[in-house]
Amino acid sequence: MQVVFEQIINGLTIGSFYGLIALGYSMVYGVLKLINFAHGDFFALGSYLGYTLLIFGSAFVTSLFGLWGGMIAAMLVAAICLAFVGILVERVAYRPIYPAGRLPAVVSALGASIILQNVIMVIWGPRYQAYPAKLIPNIHLQVWGVHITVLQLVILLLSFFIMAVLYYIIQRTTFGAAIRASAMDRDTAALMGINFNKVIFFIFTLGPALGALTGVMVGMYYRQISFTMGWNYGLKAFTATILGGIGNLPGAMFGGLILGVLEMLGAAYISAAWKDVFVFLILIMVLIFRPTGLFGETTAEKV
Amino acid sequence: MQVKKIAGFDRIFYFRKKTFLGLLILFGAYPFLVSNYYIDIGFFFGIYALLGLSLNIVLGEVGLFDLGHAGFYAIGAYTTAILNTKCGIPIFILLPVSALAAALFAYMVCSPIIHLRGDYLCIVTIGMGEIVRLALINNPLDLTGGPNGVFGIDFPSVGNIFVIDSSIEYYFLIWVAVALSIYGLSRLQQSRIGRAWNCIREDEVAAKANGIDVRYYKLLAFVLGAALAGVAGNIYASKLMCVSPESFTFWESCLMFCIVLIGGMGSIPGVLIGAAAISLFPEIFRPFAMYRMLVFGGAMILMMVFRPGGIWPRKRGISGK
Amino acid sequence: MQRNKNKVVLETHQLTKTFGGLTAVSQLNLRVHQGEISSLIGPNGAGKTTVFNVVTGIYRPDGGQVLFNDENISGKQPHRIVAKGIARTFQNIRLFPEMTCLENVMAGQHCRASAGLWSSIFRTPGQKKEEKRIQEVAEDRLEQVGLWKFKAELAKNIAYGSRRMLEIARALASDPQLLVLDEPSSGLNDRETEDLIDFLKGLLQENLTILIIEHDMKVVMGISDWVTVMDEGKKIAEGDPETIYNNPLVVEAYLGKDDDSEEEKI
Repeated sequence: MQVVFEQIINGLTIGSFYGLIALGYSMVYGVLKLINFAHGDFFALGSYLGYTLLIFGSAFVTSLFGLWGGMIAAMLVAAICLAFVGILVERVAYRPIYPAGRLPAVVSALGASIILQNVIMVIWGPRYQAYPAKLIPNIHLQVWGVHITVLQLVILLLSFFIMAVLYYIIQRTTFGAAIRASAMDRDTAALMGINFNKVIFFIFTLGPALGALTGVMVGMYYRQISFTMGWNYGLKAFTATILGGIGNLPGAMFGGLILGVLEMLGAAYISAAWKDVFVFLILIMVLIFRPTGLFGETTAEKV
Repeated sequence: MQVKKIAGFDRIFYFRKKTFLGLLILFGAYPFLVSNYYIDIGFFFGIYALLGLSLNIVLGEVGLFDLGHAGFYAIGAYTTAILNTKCGIPIFILLPVSALAAALFAYMVCSPIIHLRGDYLCIVTIGMGEIVRLALINNPLDLTGGPNGVFGIDFPSVGNIFVIDSSIEYYFLIWVAVALSIYGLSRLQQSRIGRAWNCIREDEVAAKANGIDVRYYKLLAFVLGAALAGVAGNIYASKLMCVSPESFTFWESCLMFCIVLIGGMGSIPGVLIGAAAISLFPEIFRPFAMYRMLVFGGAMILMMVFRPGGIWPRKRGISGK
Repeated sequence: MQRNKNKVVLETHQLTKTFGGLTAVSQLNLRVHQGEISSLIGPNGAGKTTVFNVVTGIYRPDGGQVLFNDENISGKQPHRIVAKGIARTFQNIRLFPEMTCLENVMAGQHCRASAGLWSSIFRTPGQKKEEKRIQEVAEDRLEQVGLWKFKAELAKNIAYGSRRMLEIARALASDPQLLVLDEPSSGLNDRETEDLIDFLKGLLQENLTILIIEHDMKVVMGISDWVTVMDEGKKIAEGDPETIYNNPLVVEAYLGKDDDSEEEKI
């Protein structure tokens, strides 16, 4: 039984990574109906930035504030940098294409993704990089016989905290209402005086920033990072987005968590090699029976 | 009353027969003028052209987001590889077999999901492509050779008399396949099937309300697209003499997607241009070494900024005037 | 109520359609007689378009039946219903924007043709003949609605009024027995509306039956042989235009609930 709980906790940890990345996909999709293929690479770039910051910034920050301080500093700086990158990509690769419809934007997004990936490769090299073990807290806990690391606990708490804050912003504040309104009908929202550019600014800073944060967490959790990791995580996160119902933020979070848990349980009880097949099969099954995702709206199409 | 002239080759390419003949001579003479290396580039241009044509049916004509097309390509290639190495069936016989296998696979996979809309269909096709790739890596029943793939695939041959084993012959093999596909597809474009596809792309509800069996025509597009991708897989497998899962990644599906969009949705000459761009670009920019993919990504963005409809979009209604 | 003896082409029997908790159409009995123009009127949100969507197979009914020539067609796929002889247009015009006007109309002939994959690829004599026929029918229909000059133009490029007519031409190209038009005059100016009325009346010569949803009372009174009034998903009255015009229930349904603009139209 402990093993099941441990797998579920591992699953929730990975799931919260997927969920946080999925939030970025979902926000952009909700407002622009654009699948932002570069989003996974924001995450990867964030992870590499965090790596560099930890290594080079550690002497200073870590000596002042300790291990945890160094970690938090790395996350914050990476998130802020990626917010700028996100806005830059939006301005250069997406903004000029909005009027042309959705498909050209997919190609442009793929182009942006290739560029980001290769920027990482050119700067950090094509080989794996490893987060330095000595800079990451490594404390194990035993709760009712269930094994859990403090890092895992921190990741989980932080993810849930971020998700809760974002949920609050989107669902309870006026600005959140503006975002939701823009997602439903951009033109009408604009007529109601909603500043669409502000909404875009928000989603293209917050999304990549969350991605970067997740990138640093993944780096610390798995230690190993590679320049192609953006695609793998991006694909999973996108799957989570769809599983939850595209454009639906709480759906994306739950989609991520469900995906992570399924993946871990699949790895433990079916086969580690087939776990991703298992995950995609579940996704397809869900979509066959609920064509708009688990939490997607099922309203009839207006004719 | 004026009667619209129904499709000749000029209707497909919108230029005169002379230009067409010129191109034909260029394509025919090319392999005799350059080294094997460049002939092989010409071959891969042909493979991408065929893959582009196959995805163009699904994405360009019907407007279905298919980002897992490499899965069908893989099914074709592995069908050829496995049946050839394990059972010794000749490559040429496996050509239609591979096409059928890919088509059958498309039919079985797409039947239950064909009602999904837009991006939901997109993720399912991505998932399908990934499932195929992961399955190949995991080596079920010891058939696919795992991450290393299958080795030792024969040359295509008819007895001992006609054997395709040189770069030039492969070049012509793929381009004959491309030419035949263009011939068939351009005729489909000008038929009630092509129109039905386009109607679905333009407005699915209106298509239904005008008597078009949307489900049937979507499935037909997938099956036909998969069959062509299967043909490409067959030729690719015998050319490389080995297949491995890394040739059929998500990235490969993305490249096909870009071919169709860079060229222009639903445009056959557009597909050729898109395929040329994708297959020749990395060669042209080889001097940039590790920066070449940066340039490549930048070019994709610029292309969409300045020509969002593609380089050679399909023109309609020209001959009707 | 006096009705002529023409046979019933379309009949709905206790037709019901709900969306979630909302009953859009409730136990509606509707009859459309051959060779007539019937109108379905009612204030906004009365469920008229929903009736059309159920009749043409876009929605499945939750109760009741739709009978077309005494055959139960409820719940059948839209393309099968078109093949049986019901063609429709949409309130918000749904053309195929990136296709030419001629191709738009040719799409209407789809269900009257049968060429398959191989005959299309190899262009068999039968397929050629069929393709020629499709084109001729489409060209005739384009000419009929006066859009011949736009045949090579993309549908998205023509004027609004022309688009309405193009959509009607497309529907006619499927050789329907019953033509179902959803607010064909909306967005048209007076001149175009008059032309439309004449055009629709002319169609009756072709042995067509027409069912329209209409807001414009001038149109309704001008062309209808029979009027059915709906409100809140239910039929509240039916009769010839004269009777309906003087029916206090109808006046109340319109005036009691709608704003000034509706009042003007009546």
